[in-house]
Order: sequence, then C-alpha cells, then structure tokens
Amino acid sequence: MNPFTYERSAEIESAVTVIARSHSAKFLAGGTNLVDLMKNGVEKPDCLVDINRLALSKIEWLPDGGLRLGALARNADTANHPLVRKNYPLLSRAILSGASPQLRNLATNGGNLLQRTRCPYFMDAGSPQCNKRVPGSGCGALEGFHRTHAIFGANDKCVATHPSDMCVALAALDAMIRVRGPQGERAIPIAEFHRLPGDTPEIDTNLRKDELILSIDLPQSPYAEHSCYLKVRDRASYEFALISAAVALDMRGQTIHNARIALGGVSHKPWRCPEAETILLQQEVSASMFERAAATALAHAQPLKQNAFKVELARRAIVHALNNAGGLA
Amino acid sequence: MSMKDFSDSPFFRDPGPREQGDGHREPELNCAMNRREFAIGTGALTGAAAFKGPLHHFGPPAAAEETGAGTESKLVLALKINGENRRLHIDPRMTLLDLLREELGLTGTKKGCDHGQCGACTVLANGRRINSCLSFALVHEGEDITTVEGLARGDELHPMQVAFLEHDGFQCGYCTSGQICSAVALLQEHDRGDASFVTSDLNKAGAVELTPDEIRERMSGNICRCGAYPGIVAAVQMIREQKLGSKR
Repeated sequence: MNPFTYERSAEIESAVTVIARSHSAKFLAGGTNLVDLMKNGVEKPDCLVDINRLALSKIEWLPDGGLRLGALARNADTANHPLVRKNYPLLSRAILSGASPQLRNLATNGGNLLQRTRCPYFMDAGSPQCNKRVPGSGCGALEGFHRTHAIFGANDKCVATHPSDMCVALAALDAMIRVRGPQGERAIPIAEFHRLPGDTPEIDTNLRKDELILSIDLPQSPYAEHSCYLKVRDRASYEFALISAAVALDMRGQTIHNARIALGGVSHKPWRCPEAETILLQQEVSASMFERAAATALAHAQPLKQNAFKVELARRAIVHALNNAGGLA
Repeated sequence: MSMKDFSDSPFFRDPGPREQGDGHREPELNCAMNRREFAIGTGALTGAAAFKGPLHHFGPPAAAEETGAGTESKLVLALKINGENRRLHIDPRMTLLDLLREELGLTGTKKGCDHGQCGACTVLANGRRINSCLSFALVHEGEDITTVEGLARGDELHPMQVAFLEHDGFQCGYCTSGQICSAVALLQEHDRGDASFVTSDLNKAGAVELTPDEIRERMSGNICRCGAYPGIVAAVQMIREQKLGSKR
C-alpha cells in the first residue's frame, strides 16, 4: 500500500480546509470501500483525513416533515432506526440487503454514496485495460466478461455498475444530498449526484473534490405503506445485485396516486424509470398495469452480449416488486 | 510467496525474542519495519507538515523517544484490547487485523481474504462486530476491542464457544473465531430489536423470532468453506434458547 499521512479532523470546517490542500487527499469514514481499493493499489491517496469524529451521526426530523440522515450515521444504525423503519421501510430494506452485518456496522451513509462504481477490471490493478482506473486505457469488460455489467447509460468507455442498494432506494425516495465546500453549503438531488460514464468514466459523482457530505435529506414520504425492495443475485445473501428494484406506491384506495420505480445493478448510477412511473398514475392497481409499466421501464435497455438476460430479469423484478407493494402478491 | 518476499513485508518481524527488542521500553509493542518501508513512510510525514488548522496532527510523536530510532514514521495509538489498555506506535497503513496479529500476537483473529469478503477477521469494536481487515487501526483510537481471546473468562469458555463445540460448528476451524465473535454480536443485536433483510415486518412490536432463516441471514458475513453451517445455526439457536430459558 502506498504511504499516506493521517489527519484526524475535529471540525467540519477544518476537514474541508485540509482536503482542499492536497490533490489526492481523501476523507476516511468507514473505509470499507476505500481501504479495499488502497490495498489493491487502485486508490493511492497521499493523505487521509479521518472524519469519524465529526458530529454528523444524527438521524432527526426536519421542520418540513422530512428526515435528515447524518452522513456519518452507520448503515446498520440507519436501517434500524425506528423513524427509518416506520417511515422509510424501503430504505431500511435496501440497506439491510447490502453487504454484511459487519460491513454495515462500519460503513457510513456518506461513504455508501461515494463507494466507487466498479467492476472486476477496475478492481484488478494488474488488468491492463480500465478507463475508470487508467483513463484512456480502454475497457477490458467490453470484449471480456461482462455478464454482471450495465444495460442502461453505458458506452464504449465504461460498462460498470454502481453497486449500492441504499442509493437505489434513495433514488426512488427523491433524497437530497447536503454538502459543504469552501464556499458554503449546497444540496444536490440524488438523481444528479451520480454520473453516467460519458467521456470521463473516472469521475463517479458530481461532488467536488473539496466538498464534504453532511447529510442525506429525505422528503416527507407517502410511500411507507406500499413499497418493496427486491434484490436478485447469484447467491442468497452477501452479494451484489444482478438486478434490484425499489418500488413505492402512493395509493388512495385502489388508485395509484403516485409511483416510484428505480433499478440497481443496471447502470453507472442508480436508475430511475420515470416513463414507467407515469404510466401508473391515476390507474387502478392491476397485474396488467404493472406488466405495462415494467415493459416500458426496459424498452430502451441496451444489453451487451453476455448480459441480455438482465433485461428480462429486470422486467420481472419490477413486476414482482409492484405486485408486492400494491398488495397483489 | 517465498520467504524472501515475506521478509520484505512491512509487517515482518525478526524472529528474535521480543523481550530483547533493542532496549525498547515496550518491546512487545514495537512495530518491525524494513529500511525501504521506513524511508517511504518518513517522506510521507514530511509532506503532512504543510497542513494547518485545528486538527490533531500526527507528526513524528514525542513518544518516538520511548521506542528509540526507526519510529519516525509511526503514530501513537491508545486503545483497549480485551480489557487491557495498550499504547502503540504504528504505521498509519496498519489495519486493526494486522495490529492484532502481527504486533500483539493475538493470532486468534484470522486473515482470510483480507478484503472484507469472508468475515474470518471479525472482532468487536465497542461491542459492534466489524471486519478488522478493512479498518485502519488508527481509526480505533480510544475504542474497546474484543477479540476471540477476550471472550473466555480464564479457563471458562464463553457460552458461544461451548455451543460451537457441542454442535460441531466447525471443521478446519479457520473461520471459527470470526464466526463466534459474529454470533456473540448477533445475539446482542437481536436483543436490542435489530431487523434483518429477511424480517417480514419491520414495525412489529417485540423481538424478531430468531428462525434458522434469520440466523443464516444474520451470519451471512461469515463464510465457512467446510460448510459447517448447520452446526453454526444450531449453536446460535442453543444460546438463544438458553437466554430465553434464563429469562423465564
């Protein structure tokens, strides 16, 4: 592992100041992704700023009825917080489906947002081609193994997927990411937080280099009664999603007043399906409506040679999750 | 990996007796480091001097005097391990797992994958189970760490250790210390009402019923290549029932 200097930050302001002074400095929170990547020689920060002591661990109501999840609240504590379990069960279930209890005890909410979009070619520093790891080197997965890779928003530069479950639920719940930089605070909608690869697959998010995530703010949710997080994977637990579907319905009687559908394991970022959501508006709950919505969600999928199965898998996952959330399963 | 390669590791320790560790006051805590690693580490710290602000800066510690020459790249770490206060000088790159095994000789905690994929390195940090391989030791300043060595009271095994023996919860034993630490934490998490991904109702009052499915999901962060899973589930169930019995 490359050597680095270690700083322990006591205040938000000083953490932001220190991070701006070194080109490759990184914040260290739970470390479950960063330490792994440093061991692989994929990440080589020259300085780590340990932010675990910053006062960003609270989970509390916002005046507008939303809920604020501190960036340093651990994933395990967030998923099991009574307010999250009661008002945002979709988020609890998504978090609990990811990684393992040990990893969720270390991993923070901010760190979950910032885990790298990745694939085996990215993780292996000995693999010659990866535009995300070495810009301009090509994509090893494109003509290599890509069974688990993206079916939406990818290009010949990068076909990796974002591995988070939490972020798929956040996408469905329209979370806002509150950040602090040298110029002050700003809020980034979750839909704009992560990026598609474009010409710069080495950049995963729109967070600036010198910005620190303060919290994830959830708007007041009408979805607590009717939501489902379905995760399909190669083994029963402790595995990334081949496909995951986060769906939430705001129902008035049997009529769908509002709908949210997001997919995981399909793109460089959590993938919202707005056209499919629109189809469900003001409709009565029915299996045929859910089939139509799912077909619409997958209409523009662009699979690779080895992952065409993901299109059908995702379609069925959405149908299954909608049936479950809508009380038909 | 050849012996030559191994000797080049930053964690290589001269096999000589520890109590003769170059006159160090705390010889058992001395971090061995070869010349190449030492030179790299020293350069990195020089760069850190540029940072200012209200931070705890971990430059060359005054405590370096305690351990003599060759410690300029190390930082001070104070924490409690199995009930004992320790003060150490360590390379920032050292994980909690390597600290336990290579510096303190607590080899009960095992290194399996070293990438957070197997759970063999599971220990309790302030009572919470974590993968010690994915956590830099310095992050645990001031914490209370319990390893498998800290579970027994003298010759009296922890009930979970007894249960693993009774139910054949292992074969080769390599994953066992991680499994046992994990199982101990599982019951504490369950006691306080934590849910898992297979819990059917997140908002039902009272404790979740600890079915075999619940135990399997909650133990999924610990892989056993021998496949001793049925025995592990039985061991957890046994301790759970003992606890229920003692409450009745």
